[in-house]
Amino acid sequence: MSEQIKVPTMAQYMNEGKVPEVLFWVGCAGSFDDRAKKITKAFVKLLHKAKVDFAVLGTEESCTGDPAKRAGNEFLFQMQAMTNIEVMNAYEVKKVVTACPHCFNTIKNEYPGLGGNYEVMHHTQFLKSLLNEGRLKVAGGKYKGKRITFHDPCYLGRANNEYEAPRELLQKLEVELVEMKRCKSRGLCCGAGGAQMYKEPEPGNKDINVERTEEALTTQPEIIAAACPFCNTMMTDGVKATEKEGDVAVMDIAEMIANAQDL
Amino acid sequence: MLAYLPNFLFALILIAGVGCFARNIKKVIRNIKLGRAVNYGDNNKQRWSNMARIALGQSKMVVRPISGMLHIVVYLGFVIINIEVLEIIIDGLLGTHRIFAFMGGFYDVLIATFEYLALLVLIGVIVFWLRRNVQRIKRFLSPEMKGWPKNDANIILYFEVVLMCLFLTMNAADLQLQQLGSAYYVAAGNFPISSFIAPIFDGMSEASLIIVERTCWWLHIVGILIFLNYLYFSKHLHILLAFPNTFYGRLTPKGEFANLEAVTNEVKLMMDPNADPFAAPDPDASEEPPVKFGASDVLDLSTTQLLNAYTCTECGRCTSECPANQTGKKLSPRKIMMDTRDRLQEVGKNIDANGTFVDDGKQLLGDYISHEEIWACTTCNACVEACPISIDPLSIIMDMRQYLVMEQSAAPTELNGAMTNIENNGAPWPYNQMDRLNWVDE
Repeated sequence: MSEQIKVPTMAQYMNEGKVPEVLFWVGCAGSFDDRAKKITKAFVKLLHKAKVDFAVLGTEESCTGDPAKRAGNEFLFQMQAMTNIEVMNAYEVKKVVTACPHCFNTIKNEYPGLGGNYEVMHHTQFLKSLLNEGRLKVAGGKYKGKRITFHDPCYLGRANNEYEAPRELLQKLEVELVEMKRCKSRGLCCGAGGAQMYKEPEPGNKDINVERTEEALTTQPEIIAAACPFCNTMMTDGVKATEKEGDVAVMDIAEMIANAQDL
Repeated sequence: MLAYLPNFLFALILIAGVGCFARNIKKVIRNIKLGRAVNYGDNNKQRWSNMARIALGQSKMVVRPISGMLHIVVYLGFVIINIEVLEIIIDGLLGTHRIFAFMGGFYDVLIATFEYLALLVLIGVIVFWLRRNVQRIKRFLSPEMKGWPKNDANIILYFEVVLMCLFLTMNAADLQLQQLGSAYYVAAGNFPISSFIAPIFDGMSEASLIIVERTCWWLHIVGILIFLNYLYFSKHLHILLAFPNTFYGRLTPKGEFANLEAVTNEVKLMMDPNADPFAAPDPDASEEPPVKFGASDVLDLSTTQLLNAYTCTECGRCTSECPANQTGKKLSPRKIMMDTRDRLQEVGKNIDANGTFVDDGKQLLGDYISHEEIWACTTCNACVEACPISIDPLSIIMDMRQYLVMEQSAAPTELNGAMTNIENNGAPWPYNQMDRLNWVDE
C-alpha cells in the first residue's frame, strides 16, 4: 500500500449536508484497470493540490453504458444511463469531471436526452480551467524540453472538437511537442473504441494500435502522451509489440503534471 | 417553315433531355422518401450556413490540398461555364447567334473567362485521370472500385474532356468565321485559348467552317444533355445532392449517437416502480406495429442516410482515413454507402415493377454488407470527419449493430461477455461493483 489519499464519496458529503464543487466520475477503467488506476490517483492528487472540493460516487457509480451503446445494445445503454442519472440527480450533481473521454462523451452528449443535464468536463479541460483560474500551477520539472508526441483520443477530439486543452497543458509542461502526421481531426484511432476493447479485432493484416504506435514512434518521442485510459492501454501494448518499452513511456497528461510537481 | 426546323429540333431535344432527367430525379426523391422521416428541428440558419460553407465554399475539400484545389478549379469551371450554356439554349430556341454579344466589352470578358476556365478544367480533369489510371492512388483501387465504379469515374472525366474540347473548337471555328466576315457570325467575344486552335482551320472554306462550328455547337449541347441524364446512373449525382446533403447534415457533436426513443419508453416502464406489468394495453392507443430495432435493410434507414447514399461520389477519403481499412480489415465506409445506394436502387426497381415493394428475399445486411464489416468499426468518426460533403457512414454501421444485437442477439461472443458484465456488475469486466472504490487503498 502506498500513501493514503483522501477520496470522499457523494454519500459522505450528503451525510454532512454538503454538496461538492464537482463530481469526479472515475469510470470503469479508472476504477479497475491497474494502469488506469494510476491515472486516477494522479488526477486526485492534482485535485487536492488545487484544493478542489470534489467527491466520487464510489460503489454507486456504474458503467455509463458507452460500450453497450457502441456495440448496438441500446437497451443496456439506456438502463445504465437512467440508473446513473437517477443517482446523480438524487445527489443534485451539477458538474462532472472525468479522465475518460468515453464517459465524458456519453454523459455530456447522450445523458441530457434521458434527463441527465450536467456540465461535463474532460480532465484536461478541467485542469486547464484550474490553471487559468490560478488554482493549479503547471511547470515543466522533469519533462522540460523532453520530446513528446500526443495521441488524440477520438471521443475527445473528433467527437467533441477538443484538441487544444491537452496541448495547452503540454505546453505548460514546457515539453517539445512533436505532432504525428495524423493528428487532431485526422488523428488515427488507437483501435479500442466502439467496444473493440472487449473483443478480438476482425481479420486484417495489422492491429490498429500497432499501426498507431509505429506512427507515434516515427516522431522519436521519449513519451507518448495520452488522455484516455483505453488509448493508454492500446498504445502501451503497441510499444510492447514493437519492443520499445525500455525507451518510450506512455503517460496520461494528468500523470505528467502530477509527476512534474513530485506529487 | 423549314427555316425553323433547327429551332424545333432544338426545343424537342431540350424538352426530351430535361424531361427524362426530371423523371429520374423524381425517382431518386421517391426512393429517398422510402426512409424513416427525420425531424430536422428549426435550425435552418445553421443549416444554410453549413451548406454555403461546405458545399458552395468547398471548405472540406482543401483538407487534401492537391485534389482539393483541382476540384475547386473543375467545380468553378463547371458552375461558371453554365452561364454560356444559358446563351446556347436561348440561341438554340430563337435561332440567334451569341445573343449576349450586345454586352460588348463585358461579353469579351465573359467569353475569355469561359475559355480560361475551360482550359483549367481540361488540365484538372486530365490530372484527375492520371491520378486514377497512372499514379494509381490507393483509395481508387479498393476492391469496391472494381468494374462499374471505376468505369463510371473515367466516363465522367471523358465526358468533361469532350465537352471542353467541343466548346473550344466551336469557338475556334467561330473566330475564323468572324474574321472572314461571315454573315451570321457577329464579331464578338475574346478568345484567348481558342485563338491558338484557330490556325488549324486556316484556309478552310466558309462552308466547311460553318459545318465545323455547327457540329461542335450541336454536339456540345447534346453532350451536356446526355451528361445530365447520365447523372442518375452515376456517382456524379453529387454535383446536385451535395447541397441538400450538407444542408441536412448533422448539427450535433459527432460523438453524440441518437438515443432510440422506442427503447427509452420501454426502459422507463421497466424502471417505474408504479408501473403495472400486467396492465391491459391501452385500448385508445393506436395499433402500431411493434418497432424494429436498428436496420437490416434500406427501408429501416432514415431519409438522411438514403440521401447520403445517393450523394456519395466514391472519392474514398472516408475509407483512406478508416483505421480498420488501413489495417487490412474488410470494412470500407465508402462501400457501406455504395451498397446502400445499390440496394436502394434495387428496391426502387422492385417498386417500379410491382407498384409496391414485394419481398425479394434480400436485404442490405447480409446480402450486401457483411457482419464482419459491421464489427470492424471502432466508431472513431474518421470517416464522418473526412467526408467533404457531410455523409455519415458510421450511423448506418451503428443502426446495423443495433439490429444484430437487439433483434438477432448476434453480437460477437466476447462482446456478449462484456455486456453481461455491465448488466450484472456495472462494468465491462468481471469486477464487483462493491469493489469500485478499492483503488483508494491500493
